[in-house]
Amino acid sequence: MIKTSSLFILFLCVSALHAQTKKGDVLIKNGTVITITDGTLENTDVLVRNGKIDRIGKNLKAPNGVEEVDATGKFVMPGIIDAHSHIAGTSINEGTSQVTAEVSMEDVVDPLDVSIYRALAGGVTSIHLMHGSANVIGGQNETLKLRWGSTNPDDLRFEGAPRTIKFALGENPTRGGRSRGIQPQSRMGVEAMLRNTFSDAVKYRDAWNEYRSNKSSRKVAPEYSLRMETMVDILEGEVLVHCHSYRADEIYMLMKVFSDFGIERLTFQHANEAYKVAPELAEFGASASVFADWWAYKLEVYYSTAYNAAILTKNGVNTSINSDSGELIRHLFHEAAKTQKYGDLSDNEALALITLNPAKQLGIDNRVGSLEKGKDADIAIFDSHPLSIYAVPQMTFVDGVKYFDIENDVADQRIYIDPESTVENVQIFYADDHDKCMEGANVVNFYDLFNNK
Amino acid sequence: MKKFISILSVLVLLPLFAVAQNDGGIVRADNSKFALTNAKIYTVTNGVIEKGTIIINNGIIEAVGANINIPGDAQVIDYSGQEIYPGMIDSGTRLGLSEIGSISEANDFREFGEITPNMQALTAVNPNSVAIPVTRVSGVTSALTMPAGGPLPGTAATISLFGYTPDQMYAGSKGVVMNFPSSAQRGWRRRTPEQIEKARERAQETINDAFDKAELYAKIKESDAARYYPEMEALAKVVTGEVLLYIEVNSAKDITSALEWVEERGYKNVVLTGVAEGWRVADEIAKSGFPVITGPVLSTPTRGSDAYDTAYKNPGLMQKAGIKVALRTMDTENSRNLPYNAGFAATYGMGREEALKAITINAAEIMGVGDELGSIEVGKKANIFVSTGDPFQTSTKILDVFIDGYKIPMTSRHTELYDEFLNRTPGLNKNATKVDG
Repeated sequence: MIKTSSLFILFLCVSALHAQTKKGDVLIKNGTVITITDGTLENTDVLVRNGKIDRIGKNLKAPNGVEEVDATGKFVMPGIIDAHSHIAGTSINEGTSQVTAEVSMEDVVDPLDVSIYRALAGGVTSIHLMHGSANVIGGQNETLKLRWGSTNPDDLRFEGAPRTIKFALGENPTRGGRSRGIQPQSRMGVEAMLRNTFSDAVKYRDAWNEYRSNKSSRKVAPEYSLRMETMVDILEGEVLVHCHSYRADEIYMLMKVFSDFGIERLTFQHANEAYKVAPELAEFGASASVFADWWAYKLEVYYSTAYNAAILTKNGVNTSINSDSGELIRHLFHEAAKTQKYGDLSDNEALALITLNPAKQLGIDNRVGSLEKGKDADIAIFDSHPLSIYAVPQMTFVDGVKYFDIENDVADQRIYIDPESTVENVQIFYADDHDKCMEGANVVNFYDLFNNK
Repeated sequence: MKKFISILSVLVLLPLFAVAQNDGGIVRADNSKFALTNAKIYTVTNGVIEKGTIIINNGIIEAVGANINIPGDAQVIDYSGQEIYPGMIDSGTRLGLSEIGSISEANDFREFGEITPNMQALTAVNPNSVAIPVTRVSGVTSALTMPAGGPLPGTAATISLFGYTPDQMYAGSKGVVMNFPSSAQRGWRRRTPEQIEKARERAQETINDAFDKAELYAKIKESDAARYYPEMEALAKVVTGEVLLYIEVNSAKDITSALEWVEERGYKNVVLTGVAEGWRVADEIAKSGFPVITGPVLSTPTRGSDAYDTAYKNPGLMQKAGIKVALRTMDTENSRNLPYNAGFAATYGMGREEALKAITINAAEIMGVGDELGSIEVGKKANIFVSTGDPFQTSTKILDVFIDGYKIPMTSRHTELYDEFLNRTPGLNKNATKVDG
């Protein structure tokens, strides 16, 4: 009896660990299917079984009990992936040290943020919830699927996605250094901090390797550090680096540092001047995740061009377009379309910037980013070509489950309403509010640190 | 063989050097007499001419129509298969006033003090701001450039996006900016309802006090007793209706208060700007008869309970309620996105025709320069652009831009960097003496 109940408890624990999120079945009929990897197919059906794409073809029959969606005259594309987002996070920066590799955005996921629904209404199915850019080596990021409606943060996790971490170069971390009177205050200091930290990580790894291989019973374990554990994981390629950067020189610097430490995978975030070192990025195999046209909001983005994504793409650099904004995320399809004005990218190249390319950068391209048999059924349906200014998103599916349907759209989507709020907050959108990366980072300064504030 | 390859590569590279020698060559704006022929012309005020001609002379549209005689001395440009529109007008920007957002030394739109209506945005416009060519090559030819700050931060000016002095750029309209006391949140910092209400009341007192004084000043300013008072000089012109008053107001409650305030004061020459929640009180605004400048259309909704597309629909809902609506980006370096703001407004209820008016003729009329700007009509300023098609579509290219009759060089920092870096020389290897396959 005791044995049975403990087995039962064990079963409960295991099922809690593998909490199943909802998976859907649907047959999307007769749409123009933009696969990204295998061309655009007219009058084609997509059959989804248990959250996965089961078949793409013509005249498919809906199995018993599977809902049919008529997509005649509509465009069916892979769900949009935003490789740089700060929605659905309750805090952004842990700015108390210039290295905070030990913290993670997985602890601050906010499933109640109405921005999630608004992103779904723009065809977005996955986001890269990033730590801020206040420090050189920031916290770990979290890749999410926008499973709106759950109050459990764990339900939003992109299960199986590789771990990633935020780095930051240039003005933001050096501003932090200046305000606190510590290193780095220049791009020289940023490089030194990176090399010092990675060198420490190599020593840390060697010390632990020696300890583990030492058979002596009198051996003493080295000090354990979650910060250094994470740095070692970066060295071993288990944590992918996404680095906030703008200027070409700092982008080039990081590639040299990574070459020296044998780290192969690297994505530059923002990277407004990546176009200047496009051949070097292509040679390294580094990716870039950029804005369609943001520039001039600070000195390090003054020498920008809206042709950045096109130059990078044409030089063979895997490039994505991201939002870094709760506003922009709602029309990433429009942001991608700007690459046709600025650089004549083809329809498929432009749409890859917000689907397959960011999926590769996040290491989830085996699961999402294109419409292919066996991939997750993360799908967006538009009433006209998604690169048209007149396109309106109609439906958005994650794992075959419909989370947005314009026909059933209800204005008030809030899951949680503050019981203490007597009057609803009216928030005026402020176009100059770029660069959310520094949100919450400007509160700590040298004086405060030493005055216990 | 190797020698042959190096000779070959030199030959291949020769044309590149020829191009390189042209680098640094200045392309100047051209104000010849122009005949733009065979284009589809969207006049905005008089319909569409399927295949027509525009004659530009002395900065003015001299003729427009399907059967126009082409003067012998005109430079003829054949725009077969292309479309011509009136230059777009962005009804709210900081163009010329802000060069680099985060650097205070590079921003000149905010002056010290609460009551500074005499501060002239036009004075601080930098004609050589890098953002100006970036904006105009996208077909935006005019902009309202506005000061910001306290309750009465200064006087905004409508400018042409071409010229070497502020006077060359001035497009004939000025207006005093007033930030109506706000009950809304703005920016990152949260304020409690009590803090907001306290600040709102204080700002209201400041504004009432300033306008009480201005009304008095307007009465006595001709008398010997009136001393030099530049702030009141500026506000008195609002009181008498000589100068426009742009009232920045956004939440529904504040819009209602602003309309009551204007009615009480009896001011006539008023434009509401911002108006993010205009759709909630559209009938009230329509009844007042005051026009509206709204945007950016690409905004998040003002309330958590609002539908995701509320900001996209706002201009169309106001226009359908009978309000004259113009659109703005409220941006500087990305004012070039004005046609896309109009495109979203068009898609979400306003329709293409009305959205086009909102960035051309409506804007011009609201600023009081409707007889000079905003449409392709004989006698108006030759502010026009030529495109490969619908300017709201992102894939459309702007081929040529004319401002005040000048054919503008179609280059900007963004195009120049593209030309330099698309195929960078040297590429990966600086010391490569020859190109190997």
